[in-house]
Amino acid sequence: MTLRRVVAVLAALAALALVGPATAETTLRVVMHSDLKIVDPIWTTAYIVRNHGYMIYDTLFAMDARGEIKPQMVDKYEVSKDQLTYTLTLRDGLSWHDGKPVTTEDCVASIKRWSAKDSMGQKLMGFVKDIQIVNAKTFKIVLNEPTGLVLGALGKPSSNVPFMMPKRVAETDPNTQISDFTGSGPFVFKKDEWKPGDKAVYAKFDKYRPRPEPPSALAGGKVVKVDRVEWKWIPDHQTAMNALIAGEVDYLEAPPHDLLPIAKADPNVKLVDVNPLGNQFTFRFNALHKPFDNAKVRQAVFHAFNQEDFLKAVVGDPAYYKVCKAFFPCGSPMSTPKGLEGLLESNFEKSRALLKDASYDGTPIVLMHSTDLAVLTNLGPVAKSLLEKGGFKVDMVSMDWQTLVARRAKKEPPAAGGWHAFLTSWVAADILNPVMMGFMNASCDKAMFGWPCDKEIESLRDQFARETNPARQKAIAEAVQVRETQYPTHIPLGQWYLASPTRKNVDGILQAPVPVFWNVSKK
Amino acid sequence: MAVVAIVVFMLLRLTTGDPAAIIAGDNATSQDVAAIRERLGLDRPLVEQFVIWLGRLLRGDFGESFFFKKQVSELILERVEPTLALATCTIVLTVALAIPLGVLAAWRRGTWLDRIVMGFSVLGFSVPVFVIGYLLIYLFAIELAWLPVQGYQRLRDGLGGFVERLILPSVTLAVVFVALIARITRASVLEVLNADYVRTARAKGLSELPVMVRHVLRNAAVPIVTVIGVGIAVLIGGVVVTESVYSIPGLGRLTVDAVLARDYPTVQAVILVFSVVYVLINLLVDLSYTFLDPRIRY
Repeated sequence: MTLRRVVAVLAALAALALVGPATAETTLRVVMHSDLKIVDPIWTTAYIVRNHGYMIYDTLFAMDARGEIKPQMVDKYEVSKDQLTYTLTLRDGLSWHDGKPVTTEDCVASIKRWSAKDSMGQKLMGFVKDIQIVNAKTFKIVLNEPTGLVLGALGKPSSNVPFMMPKRVAETDPNTQISDFTGSGPFVFKKDEWKPGDKAVYAKFDKYRPRPEPPSALAGGKVVKVDRVEWKWIPDHQTAMNALIAGEVDYLEAPPHDLLPIAKADPNVKLVDVNPLGNQFTFRFNALHKPFDNAKVRQAVFHAFNQEDFLKAVVGDPAYYKVCKAFFPCGSPMSTPKGLEGLLESNFEKSRALLKDASYDGTPIVLMHSTDLAVLTNLGPVAKSLLEKGGFKVDMVSMDWQTLVARRAKKEPPAAGGWHAFLTSWVAADILNPVMMGFMNASCDKAMFGWPCDKEIESLRDQFARETNPARQKAIAEAVQVRETQYPTHIPLGQWYLASPTRKNVDGILQAPVPVFWNVSKK
Repeated sequence: MAVVAIVVFMLLRLTTGDPAAIIAGDNATSQDVAAIRERLGLDRPLVEQFVIWLGRLLRGDFGESFFFKKQVSELILERVEPTLALATCTIVLTVALAIPLGVLAAWRRGTWLDRIVMGFSVLGFSVPVFVIGYLLIYLFAIELAWLPVQGYQRLRDGLGGFVERLILPSVTLAVVFVALIARITRASVLEVLNADYVRTARAKGLSELPVMVRHVLRNAAVPIVTVIGVGIAVLIGGVVVTESVYSIPGLGRLTVDAVLARDYPTVQAVILVFSVVYVLINLLVDLSYTFLDPRIRY
């Protein structure tokens, strides 16, 4: 064999090795905002696990694009005249990934596990007298007194979502992570291909029976148009963008805004607005310690801040943010400007006057500043600057987000390792009404970190939970907001939006509060 | 190893951060966090936690990760291949380039060749790894589209993809190591070039190649091998930036992810494994001295 022939054979072998196996499968490769480490959407409220939940589980009800709750696994439901009994009947043909049929026993066990963890679920269960199984397809939720929470809670779009699981899985202690990932959703989780830190793989569930209606956000027919979805974890945003431009991935869920011009400039990439409600920046007080134990001092912050400065500092491009002087996201049913007139305008004189009235003694505000999440990093310095102009002394303590998460749980005084305030961001779907909005919980020790304590807010939240009439619910939401300006638990700092860069050969991405991959096709 | 175990355990507990709060997520209540803390055994006294961990460790059990529903040993095994592959490619590339370049620079000291090699060395050492990485990606993956931007393919899934995905990360890392080892090689060779036995070899009429290989390089090898050994340890110990830039799921990224998530069992196990690797590599380097220089005896 001549040298030339040897080289030719080696080149041919190399070429064969480089060519992958032939396949007709359509695989959608996406880069999510985080790596999937935990796989129990009831055990944790982390958004990436919620998104995983929507892939493999289904829900009894779901929120559509207009914010209305629609039946999903449920075929029909009836409410008794006294509004004390909800009778729910499951759709025909629902089955788990292992082929067994979905029964009401599974659903009741799932509701119980979810409601043991979720704050809205706990609130709902306060109204529930009994859950009765009528047969394999029908069950009844019997209430002590009427509430408007039943459908809203069961169709809750964000963490913790009441996902339905098989009874054997749903009977797992809510504080123990599940290890059986059988669902009844449109995708099957490929546990054998799951490599934490690398990728999570979902295959189309062939036996999934979608609803007949067209898809609308999280509701409607969940028709899967690809064979597989791979969640590829690329921690570096620039690398993820390069991979998209090179065609190695098809979709980026949440790149930072400063990389969007690169995507815009590429002829093979389009920007998709996936979540029209967006997100809300929030300033959270710790109401336990001086000076923020005084509502007047907290009111002063309302006067020192303005939303535009925060939004410009983080997002920059006005196409991706909106000044929204409301606690409930602008564009959502409960949104109202009531009570916030004249606030959030950086009226530093008013802020200083309020501090004087409140006898603020110059105690430095320990402001926790998260430095490792691009979307939060610039909020801290803006808050510091505005607070100082408004008459506060500020000690901004920089740390990574996980340290902040641990420290915010501490009730100790700020000088002993506690804190006064921090900034975060909420997905709009989590804060649509006074019961859902965790930061509005003002039940003292039982409230979220910050531990506000106000009977009036709690009474209004209870009234909201009891109310079944939407117009009266809106009036209560307005009243809560007005009360929030007198007894601030937190401050909304404006709404911001993501654009998800997507390859142009990918179509059908739905606008929803959560990124979902049914209805998505790839040419 | 015992000291490492105690120090790692204590350092992690003294670091601010609470794995239970991280697991529970942003919307969790204090009660949720407390329940998870109890479940993970983090509410127990430190001494009790340490004894439990040590007991498991002595039985060869690293425990289960707080986050991933997996045994830590399984997690580490999954991540070893990418890191080993990257380290091996980088070291092979480095040795193949750096030693000849260093020898050339020393042999032609003061010439334009020496200046070019040393100029490259300074540049390679000064430019941050991520900058080199992004430049190579831009050129070879985006503009020329010859190689993939990111990712890792296991050897069992195909040699082509395996090699293809290792080229850019290995070259990125090799730039720094070539710069370092070329400098060390040059300095060591220069020292030996002036030795009497080299002059004697030349005086005996030996040509330059045998002089360089048999007399110079062998006598200059000890510091070079030492630096290569340290390089291997550093590479296996976590080439975090390169693994992040090229999205390679190796041990470096596992370590960083575990530290950020305060995943105590994983961090503890990974650091212990790194310690063992460091000790073994140092031992091998020390043993190699006796082979390279028969005057050295232990």
